[in-house]
Amino acid sequence: MADLVKFTIDGIELEAPAGTLVIEAAKKNGIEIPSFCYYEGYSLQAACRMCLVEVERMPKMQVACTLPVGPGMVVRTNTPQIQAARKGTLEFLLGNHPLDCPVCDKGGECELQDMVFRYGAGESRFTETKIHVDEQQWSPVVFYDAPRCILCFRCVRACDEGMGVGALGVINRGAVSLIAPNMQDHLNCDECGQCIDICPVGALTSGTYRYQTRPWEMEHVGTICTHCSDGCKTTLGVRHEQIMRGNNRDRSGINGEFLCVKGRYAFDFYDHAERLQTPMVRNVAGKLEPASWSKALEVVAKKFGEIKARGGRFGIVGSNHTTNEENFYLQKFARECLGTNNIDHRRTGDVTTLVDALSGTSGTLATTADLYEKKAFLIIGADLSIEHPFLAFQIRANYRHHQAHVYTVTADEVREEKTAVRAIRKPRFQEFDALPELRDALAAEPNLVILFGDSVKGEDVRKLVAFGESLGIPVSYCALVDYSNSRGAIDMGLTPELLPGYHASGTPGLNVGEMLAATDLDAFWVIGENPLENAKLSTKRPFVVVQDMFLTETAQKADVVLPSASAYEKNGTVTNGCGEVQKLKRAVSMLGTKPDLEIIGLIAKEMGFAPRMGPWLPDTVFNEIRKAVKGYDIPLPAITLGAQQTMPVNGRVGVQTNPDLVASAHENLFTSGTLGRYSKILNSVIEKRANQ
Amino acid sequence: MYNSPSPLEVQVLTRRFRLPNSHSIETYLQNDGYKAVEKALGMSQEDIINEVKASGLRGRGGAGFPTGMKWGFVPRTSPKPKYIMVNGDESEPGTCKDRLLMQYDPHQLIEGIIIAGQAVGAEQGYIYIRGEFRYLIEHMDRAIAEAYQRGFLGANIFGSGKTFHLATHSGAGAYECGEESALLESFEGKRGNPRIRPPFPAVAGAYQCPTILNNVETYCAVPSIILNGAAHFAGLGSPKNGGTRLFCLSGHVNKPGVYELPMGFNLMRMINEVGGGVRGGKKLKAVIPGGSSCPVLKADECDLAMDFDSVAAAKSMLGSGGVVVMDEDTCMVKAALRIMRFYAHESCGWCIPCREGTTWLRKLLQRFHDGMGTKSDIVLIGDLSKNMLGRTFCPLGDAAAMPTIAFVEKFRDEFEAHLDGKPCPYEKSSKLVAA
Amino acid sequence: MTFSPELEARFERFLAKYPADRKRSALIPMLIYGQDEVGSITDEFVEEIAKRVGVTPLEVREVSGFYSMLHHKPMGKYHVQVCTNISCLLTGGEELYERACHKLGLGHKQVSPDGRISLEEVECMGACSWAPAVQINYDFYHDVTPEQLDKLLDGLKAGKDPEQITEVPKVNC
Repeated sequence: MADLVKFTIDGIELEAPAGTLVIEAAKKNGIEIPSFCYYEGYSLQAACRMCLVEVERMPKMQVACTLPVGPGMVVRTNTPQIQAARKGTLEFLLGNHPLDCPVCDKGGECELQDMVFRYGAGESRFTETKIHVDEQQWSPVVFYDAPRCILCFRCVRACDEGMGVGALGVINRGAVSLIAPNMQDHLNCDECGQCIDICPVGALTSGTYRYQTRPWEMEHVGTICTHCSDGCKTTLGVRHEQIMRGNNRDRSGINGEFLCVKGRYAFDFYDHAERLQTPMVRNVAGKLEPASWSKALEVVAKKFGEIKARGGRFGIVGSNHTTNEENFYLQKFARECLGTNNIDHRRTGDVTTLVDALSGTSGTLATTADLYEKKAFLIIGADLSIEHPFLAFQIRANYRHHQAHVYTVTADEVREEKTAVRAIRKPRFQEFDALPELRDALAAEPNLVILFGDSVKGEDVRKLVAFGESLGIPVSYCALVDYSNSRGAIDMGLTPELLPGYHASGTPGLNVGEMLAATDLDAFWVIGENPLENAKLSTKRPFVVVQDMFLTETAQKADVVLPSASAYEKNGTVTNGCGEVQKLKRAVSMLGTKPDLEIIGLIAKEMGFAPRMGPWLPDTVFNEIRKAVKGYDIPLPAITLGAQQTMPVNGRVGVQTNPDLVASAHENLFTSGTLGRYSKILNSVIEKRANQ
Repeated sequence: MYNSPSPLEVQVLTRRFRLPNSHSIETYLQNDGYKAVEKALGMSQEDIINEVKASGLRGRGGAGFPTGMKWGFVPRTSPKPKYIMVNGDESEPGTCKDRLLMQYDPHQLIEGIIIAGQAVGAEQGYIYIRGEFRYLIEHMDRAIAEAYQRGFLGANIFGSGKTFHLATHSGAGAYECGEESALLESFEGKRGNPRIRPPFPAVAGAYQCPTILNNVETYCAVPSIILNGAAHFAGLGSPKNGGTRLFCLSGHVNKPGVYELPMGFNLMRMINEVGGGVRGGKKLKAVIPGGSSCPVLKADECDLAMDFDSVAAAKSMLGSGGVVVMDEDTCMVKAALRIMRFYAHESCGWCIPCREGTTWLRKLLQRFHDGMGTKSDIVLIGDLSKNMLGRTFCPLGDAAAMPTIAFVEKFRDEFEAHLDGKPCPYEKSSKLVAA
Repeated sequence: MTFSPELEARFERFLAKYPADRKRSALIPMLIYGQDEVGSITDEFVEEIAKRVGVTPLEVREVSGFYSMLHHKPMGKYHVQVCTNISCLLTGGEELYERACHKLGLGHKQVSPDGRISLEEVECMGACSWAPAVQINYDFYHDVTPEQLDKLLDGLKAGKDPEQITEVPKVNC
């Protein structure tokens, strides 16, 4: 901790660690010093000149965003001279800035508007011709309206420093300077939209949101992104039961204001034209035809009842997008009501072996915050920036702010190599061979986080943990998994061999592969997963029930299709890849659909299991989870506002799981399984990239 | 030679200019060349710096910062390499002296650079030369090659066991790169935007290493200071303003040219006795004393000693030595406009007040000069200039604001004469009328 | 992209001037010397130089757009630059520029149809004591009179190289 320095701002005596910038010291004490170019976490510019302050014994006004506090420093932020300077600078800005606020997307939440309101002049003295440049579209996501640009260079830094992409630059000189994309007239980038988000004015606008609404017409619902397993909070702007945009400007989640293209734009699968909005039942002619919910549920319950009564065989596949409550409820229904352990989901990383290998330890599972705070990182077999953009963002920020040491062992070139102290290329499954040569360097680090992909599984995970232990420094781990609740699905016992909390299930049932291979299944029930995308059931004509948002390959084979709600249409909790539990909050409702929790509950009720299953209320089910699953006994307020990490095991896991079942889909920035297929924006980005 | 010498000149830096083949290393060696550096190689770093301090030499680029003090800021014990950078980006309108120093006596510059290197323990120097001076880049390259051949540059300079390398570096057209931190950015292959200071170049300059950065003329003064002693150099000028200065007389004078005169030389004498008076026998209206960034002086303000402090006392600046003389028929609105056009063109665009202010003022002054101004515009010109002053990232904003404020304040009557659709009284056929 | 052996050798010299990990310092010299041969800062040239100094093409474009001597469209074989800044303004620079416009039928940064001559009104070129001044490519002409300008421009238009217009000699040594 740096020494504390005493100083005065506007007559208030304050203290801050040496090196603190005046603008930050003021902000922490509730004194606003306006600025455009200063942006916490990014490099200093001192370009906008809005943050000028007076400092005693300094003849000229000083820039608060580059001036560190000094002992005895006396700063004034609101003198007539300062007021005049701010007013003058805003007048300069408004000179060329178009006053098209009524149609500008940013109107109402524009920093320039706010500044002019607070510090600016009431009238304009500019009567010259403005410089006009036509608007440009740089990608399906990004539009640039140059005249509105105030050249604060936030976007350039967000892209270069924040994202490690560097797709934006400044061309020309002086008043005709422009922000420019890396491919002359278009962008080749992550399409994350951070540049748009960080733009203080309406110069960069989003292809999906522009000219759609006024910001004050929306309600803002903070929920968790349903795509990858990083667990970013996305604040959805909702108007008339329609999601207009996603962002996280209030930095309220674990991800601060970070969002990738999926979190920011790819909510748009939810209102895809092919979204299922009515149950369907296969008729005598063998065609799926619309049916009422009561009819469809009756068919399912009746058939399930018959199969159970005759001791028939169920195969149940759950999802790693559905909530913890839904997964817990599903396995409970399967095991306690249908009497089967034939339940599984797609496993994308070997979490089970990791938590087993770490049993008895604490603080050994890395949190997302750790990625910004720990000193060293070993990334094995993963293209982090592409598959886990937020985790990569954290490590990048850590490198930028704390010079974190990054080590990579990957098959191909990865973005992390640019800032790595050591980057080693090894083919998949041979990554271990690189560890001996890293040993000395890693052992010299004060602490280490190891992140590993699906090529490290089974015994390799134990070997990796043993390697970590042998370094003699604190090591924590993250098994990278694919989807928003992959981790939660395992924790909730969506496997044939493990119950919630990693207790052995006794008699293991069938895993997904075995269900597909079995020739004697009586019922195949799939919730939010698409196992028949590239596979066939070996059983001839079992009773197939599918709960999904879309008529997937699996749903096309179903006898009954039940339209389910998306993550943005329900409440509940999800657990991200780092084991952090967060709450989903319903943003919109989709007519005709029901959350999977309710659907399972209704089937159970129809079958007479309602008393056994309890109500299908997320909070009630979560209370059950708190009792049943170690580590989930967390206070509700903790996850109402934020995230809390779980460590679901502190003793050995009862059963070894088969590493062959672990395989990541290696979704990239622009793919996201079924959801990705129905996202208009992801498809348009993919198409644009293919055309170039 | 571009102009015949004036008997009033005191030739120190220019004393070899008129020798045959003045640029050759032979001529230089026959005329005290490279004696100063040999002397410096026998001196301690401290002694070299103290000598320069005592000489009263102040930066010739425009700001007039004491050179010895600047050198003293370099952390000589830093483990990082140290660099000597030479600002040969001469682009302040009205200034054309560094060109001659490089053209007629390149070895004097090289010697000054090597001495600076010895003062701080640098082993590498670069001469940043504006891209328009292509012939000078090649000229300096030849001189540098000569010095390498003689062992004055390279791995064992003058047999001292010390290393010093020197190379030229071409700019590509940007006034802003005359600002020291922008020059460093440009040198590193980036846009010529200025850097946040502190740290100053002495601590973190080229490649973030300790760096001495001075104007060509400043380095050229060093050999004489070391060879003849600080006292001699200091004695040539006025108090706190050591030595001589190359003044570039231009505009409406009979004998424009570059003249080496003692610091503190009277401006009226410079115009009348050195420059041969105002051209065509006309009356003097105004003088820009140190390049276009400096506030204009009215004729009655020109009885003035030309050193940093005296010109500052007259609320202008000695600047880079570009003395621009304007006769009674000069339109001051036009002069203000042309200067603002320059700054708007050269503003790097980094900070808002300079980028937007210069462009707004350019448009405004253009409209005003075209006869479409209003009375409130006169106030606005002053206001906008003041809104730039002291608020911009680097001195370019001030350089645009200060002369404009002076033009408006000192020649308000001329601005008023352009009002109400009246054509410019100084233009033979106004464009407005012609159109 | 290939360059002449002379330019290649020059690039090599440039790159050798700077510390091994500071190749980017050679960027601006390479652009301006390369432009003389390539004709302008073309996309292909940008890509090539980016590769050689180890930056992205965007980073090269950021730089090339900043410097006024770097052109993104080819200028004429003979690029006539007339200074109209303050010292030249006072001594007839503006008249020279207008004269050149009329004589050549070109405006600011325009190129003759045959690609031989282009015109640019430029900022101070550091010839203030010898104003008005003109540059053709890198060669300086000082104290230029309207008659001299006419001779220069007529000569260029007649297909002569500046060296052949001996009545108006360039002044750089």
